[in-house]
Amino acid sequence: MKRLSVYLMAGQETPELAAAAVEGGADLLELGFPFSDPLADGPVIRRAAERALAAGMNTAACLECLARTRELVDVPLVPMTYSSLLEAYGYERFAEDARSAGANSMIIADLPADQRPELRRIQLVAPTSPDARIALAAKRTDGWLYLVTLTGTTGARTALSPQLAGLVERARRLTEVPLLAGFGISTPEHARAAAELADGIVVGSRAIEVAGDGPEALRAYVATLRAALDATDVRER
Amino acid sequence: MSTGTYGAYGGRYVPETLIPALDELEQGWRDALDDPAFRLELDTLRTQYAGRPTPLTLAERFAPGKRIYLKREDLLHTGAHKLNNTLGQALLARRLGKKRLVAETGAGQHGVATATMAARFGLECIVYMGREDMRRQQPNVERMRLLGATIEPVEFGSETLKEATSEAIRDWIANVETTYYLIGSCVGPAPYPEIVRELQAVLGREARTQILEQAGRLPEVAVACVGGGSNAIGLFAGFLDDSEVRLVGVEAAGAASLASGRPGVLHGARSSILADGDGQILATESISAGLDYPGVGPEHAALRDEGRATYVTVSDDEAVAAFWELSRTEGIIPALEPAHALAHARDLDAELVLVCLSGRGDKDLAEVLAR
Repeated sequence: MKRLSVYLMAGQETPELAAAAVEGGADLLELGFPFSDPLADGPVIRRAAERALAAGMNTAACLECLARTRELVDVPLVPMTYSSLLEAYGYERFAEDARSAGANSMIIADLPADQRPELRRIQLVAPTSPDARIALAAKRTDGWLYLVTLTGTTGARTALSPQLAGLVERARRLTEVPLLAGFGISTPEHARAAAELADGIVVGSRAIEVAGDGPEALRAYVATLRAALDATDVRER
Repeated sequence: MSTGTYGAYGGRYVPETLIPALDELEQGWRDALDDPAFRLELDTLRTQYAGRPTPLTLAERFAPGKRIYLKREDLLHTGAHKLNNTLGQALLARRLGKKRLVAETGAGQHGVATATMAARFGLECIVYMGREDMRRQQPNVERMRLLGATIEPVEFGSETLKEATSEAIRDWIANVETTYYLIGSCVGPAPYPEIVRELQAVLGREARTQILEQAGRLPEVAVACVGGGSNAIGLFAGFLDDSEVRLVGVEAAGAASLASGRPGVLHGARSSILADGDGQILATESISAGLDYPGVGPEHAALRDEGRATYVTVSDDEAVAAFWELSRTEGIIPALEPAHALAHARDLDAELVLVCLSGRGDKDLAEVLAR
């Protein structure tokens, strides 16, 4: 079965939204811990981070949000953030406290595989990554590899990136870990096209926009993605 | 490849997408340094286009009882030390086959210097600039447009240099195959801090030779303002091995990344930054757009920790007072950024002082006269 990861920004309503996303068919949740200057993010997630920070979502509040989300859902939970938060909190301490709060791994958007290798996390690779870096990231990654589908920041695009196919092909030759594709995936059509290549997808910016309309809207949106992915499974069988 | 670290600082804290481009940049930079043709072209442009060497001027009436020598980067083409950097990096960009330059700018001097080199080499130039900085540095916005650059206003957060830098980096991430990111200070992921320092070191080396000629000895103190810290690192580079020369960096009181910062990560490097206890970057407030930045070059953080350089702060009012004072006593209108260094230099307990006058003040007239 293709995996469906949904990214939500940590906030007061996040546990209920997370539960709705799982009900809609998400089998993995990324929980954004907001950073003031998120270099890898486009406008939607940047603005969501600004709102979260204005609402008081500091690291302690985010960990609490993670713990409350863990009470409502059983799927893997993965905090996604930036180095600056871990610098301030302590890298090891962050890993421990996140695990205690129910996290299964983490993603640090500006910490490439050769920085702080001792910190277990899901590694990212991009279309620009040469084979040697894909191999390194795959070796160090925690469970699955995050394929950034395009050269750019997060955010919905009109079409699935044409760069994904080549990246998947190279990664398949180098590793057997599952490959999840993210960045720029927002519609069931994108989901289907990406899942024909990779083992699953990550949806972020569009999920955050839909989450603005509440849990039911999010559940319905995620269900359309789930249906698209399941259709891929049927065809592959 | 070098480690790109300075003690516990520096490194590459960027999205994976950029790592190959940084590798390419580092290799290209090493090759260029080993290439006599590159060095010759750089030297020729410095002397015949930019106006190097810049003079060293004794400011006799500004600080009676002391000898304060000013390294006159205000007389460099485009009016600030920034051209030393853009000149070298634009040559590098051309060497790497990149046709499009992106840059961030605060005071507008780096934007103007980048737009200048883009015009000189026929390259496309996009400059990200915060809306607030566009307001307070309007003459430089007009200069950049005249030079053919596209200005992209940045309209979120503090609308100053921090956000402009983030947006320039995001543009680079999206266009990394075709684009050269021409960073304006000794900040950012490795190898940028090293490249910028090396390109700005020309001013420190010249100043050392000149002060030996004109004053007959080395200065007791070398002083420069510090935002990201490029003119300071260039000046300090000339004197790092002269242990008897004190090195002093002057920050804006409202943007003192070194004097009151903490270790953290901003714009791709670990350095001393202004952040809260959760690592969220703090807003800064300085009258000087060029110093209004919550980060600083990683080498400065290391020099501070080693005790080789010290860093102090100067308030807006003190800087403005020095701005007026130098104008009225020496007939030199300084930019507000080096006015911070001037304000501190006068109060130093030293007789022979070298100050980097990193730029001229035309761009600041409206801001100062409105006070």
